[in-house]
Amino acid sequence: MNANVLGVINLIHESDELESLTASRCLATVPFGARYRLIDFALSSMVNSGITNVAVFAHTKYRSLMDHLGSGKDWDLHHRQSGLFVLPPVTGDISEVSRGDLFHFYQHRDYFTRSPFEYVVITRSHMVCNIDFGPAIAEHRASGADITVICKRQLEPPDGKARMVEIGKDGRITAIQDHYGRLRSDVVSMEMYVMRKDLLLELVDTSLAQGQDHLVRHAIMSRIGRLDIRAYLFDGYLGVINTLAGYYRNSMELLRPDVWRSLFFEPGPIYTKVKDEPPARYAEGAMTSNSLIANGCVIEGTVVNSILFRGVQIGKGAVVRNSIVMQNGLVGEGSVLERAILDKDVTIEPGRELRGAVQSPFLAVKRKVI
Amino acid sequence: MSRKRMIAMLLAGGEGKRLGVLTKDLAKPAVHFGGKYRIIDFALSNCAHSGIDTVGVLTQYQPLVLNTYLGIGSPWGLDRRDGGMAILPPYMKSKGGMWYKGTANAIYQNMGFIDRFDPEYVLIISGDHIYKMDYDLMLAEHEARGADATIACVEVDWKEAGRFGIMHVNDDGQIVAFTEKPKTPTSNLASMGVYIFSWPVLQRYLIRDESNRLSGNDFGKDIIPAMLQDDVRLQAYRFGGYWKDVGTLESLWEANMDLLAGEPPLDLHDSRWRIYSVNPNRPAHYSAPGAEIAGSLVNEGCVVEGSVRRSVLFYGVQTGAGSHVEASVVMPNVKIGRDVQICRAIIGEGAVIADGVSIGSPHGGVTVIGSDEFVAADHALMEVKQP
Repeated sequence: MNANVLGVINLIHESDELESLTASRCLATVPFGARYRLIDFALSSMVNSGITNVAVFAHTKYRSLMDHLGSGKDWDLHHRQSGLFVLPPVTGDISEVSRGDLFHFYQHRDYFTRSPFEYVVITRSHMVCNIDFGPAIAEHRASGADITVICKRQLEPPDGKARMVEIGKDGRITAIQDHYGRLRSDVVSMEMYVMRKDLLLELVDTSLAQGQDHLVRHAIMSRIGRLDIRAYLFDGYLGVINTLAGYYRNSMELLRPDVWRSLFFEPGPIYTKVKDEPPARYAEGAMTSNSLIANGCVIEGTVVNSILFRGVQIGKGAVVRNSIVMQNGLVGEGSVLERAILDKDVTIEPGRELRGAVQSPFLAVKRKVI
Repeated sequence: MSRKRMIAMLLAGGEGKRLGVLTKDLAKPAVHFGGKYRIIDFALSNCAHSGIDTVGVLTQYQPLVLNTYLGIGSPWGLDRRDGGMAILPPYMKSKGGMWYKGTANAIYQNMGFIDRFDPEYVLIISGDHIYKMDYDLMLAEHEARGADATIACVEVDWKEAGRFGIMHVNDDGQIVAFTEKPKTPTSNLASMGVYIFSWPVLQRYLIRDESNRLSGNDFGKDIIPAMLQDDVRLQAYRFGGYWKDVGTLESLWEANMDLLAGEPPLDLHDSRWRIYSVNPNRPAHYSAPGAEIAGSLVNEGCVVEGSVRRSVLFYGVQTGAGSHVEASVVMPNVKIGRDVQICRAIIGEGAVIADGVSIGSPHGGVTVIGSDEFVAADHALMEVKQP
């Protein structure tokens, strides 16, 4: 196992355009896949890869993050030999909260210096995948690279925003561009970086000393020629979820059994905060097709091509199509939902009709009554 | 350690002979129930909701799965600094040790455990009943009536009465007669096997019972009748809710089917009285195009391609296209192939049912397939007879 690796889930300045879904929560805790939060994928991947010390660099709107992660028990990160560290910004001045991630890494350098581990894996929360970091770390060691960037080659551009990467013939990365760049490449950066801990600390110090405070934009991209930066190509399912369109499209992808199976089971299970919900209950006259349904749901109506989170109730004669209903949603009798996303605790009164479009699904804010 | 008002002793050693192949390698309290739970979850959740933070779990037969499942009691909030859950198997002493001879002997052998907490009252419950009950209300009545012992009771079907401890009570609710498993019951008021004793009184009777070589060392057969002979105040506590002893295959199947009623007599969705359980952590279940699910409970991790009617699917069950599952209980991780017909059956954990197999019939008894069994198309030879 990779006991020599420290995990960091970096939530500082995560870009998000999920409208009201991220109005009161950070991107990391956006509900996804009927019972998970986005951060569960990065966290479970680390744990399943044998990484037993994980720091989550929280940034803003982190109440739901603290609530979700708790002691780390649900990810088995609460033992004497392991640990979950949720590290919110340390600052005396409110304006410093908006500084780049290197500044925040610097403020938490004790976390790095205290631990005996040699390597770090840094990820974000919006790259939804189920990955074994073991081979990536092994390749990083074998290649002698300074930094290994985990990437995915895909023909279609991702639904969310992602950096494109260009890989030279020798396997070294020759260019990294932001999502608005003009780089013609079929390689997407998964924003996962493997490097030695001392290199990271050096990058933090030298970059900050030069007035630069962004890990990727400054510390890594400006050193492409000087450092040996290589790509490790991941070939599993990847969902880039930092726009509403990306969220919706990738949610619907989960209804493909092959995606469901590979994202949730391979190479390991995805853990999340447990809830004591009973099994989903189907009444006589219920109908479902091509849907993901979590525990605690009560279905009396029809659910097609949809995702129901825990504790959702669908009343008699109600029809839910191509929609996502989050925790404790209530769709009243005879209501019709088509391409809708209901945030947690939304109530749709009986007899309502709500329809969205493919590119812009109807979005209901948390606790709204319609 | 501070004195505890009431602690619980949970009898979980049941061999469960009448559950046949389901308890071949499993203690009865660990048998799966209700799509997600194990039978013992109900008693433990009741303790949690009744404010009882100290529970001794007495185990004996096939304890591996049960002990692993219980762990340190955290799913039920029983991982406490003072008290919490303790698993109490029989053990050897310098003068020899022995298996638990009977329910009363099991408590007798653990008097040391109880005395550590110096409780005023001891609640005796067992791990093989399905019910939701606030033991604190029962304790309030025990105290209000000044009882030495209180036995919870329900009215059962007359034809079932012979399976239980049957009592007669007077107008004050005082128990005047008690017969364990009578051949010809004269009342249908049955003991639920839920007792509250004032600890000093119980301790006296346990010691006396142990010295009686003729005793079966059993609560129903020995302790309660002995108390009745003396002037110990025995009170009946009438329980109004749903209660089911799931000691037989038929009753286990029925109790599962009871959960599927339009207004189930035992509501698992009641958020004020959640049944806690070890959560197996599976993704939401997937119902494929062409799946039909109605009148059923379906747990996480299932993939449903066929039709499922009036059935209970535990986690990780797969049903292939063209298959029909009706009026059945399908335990965790069962794989059902294509074009399979299952009716009025209990399918044990991890069983594999090959394509085209037909199990059970709409009439007659409940068919049971044991855990991890493989049922091939010529399964008639392999079907398990009910004991």
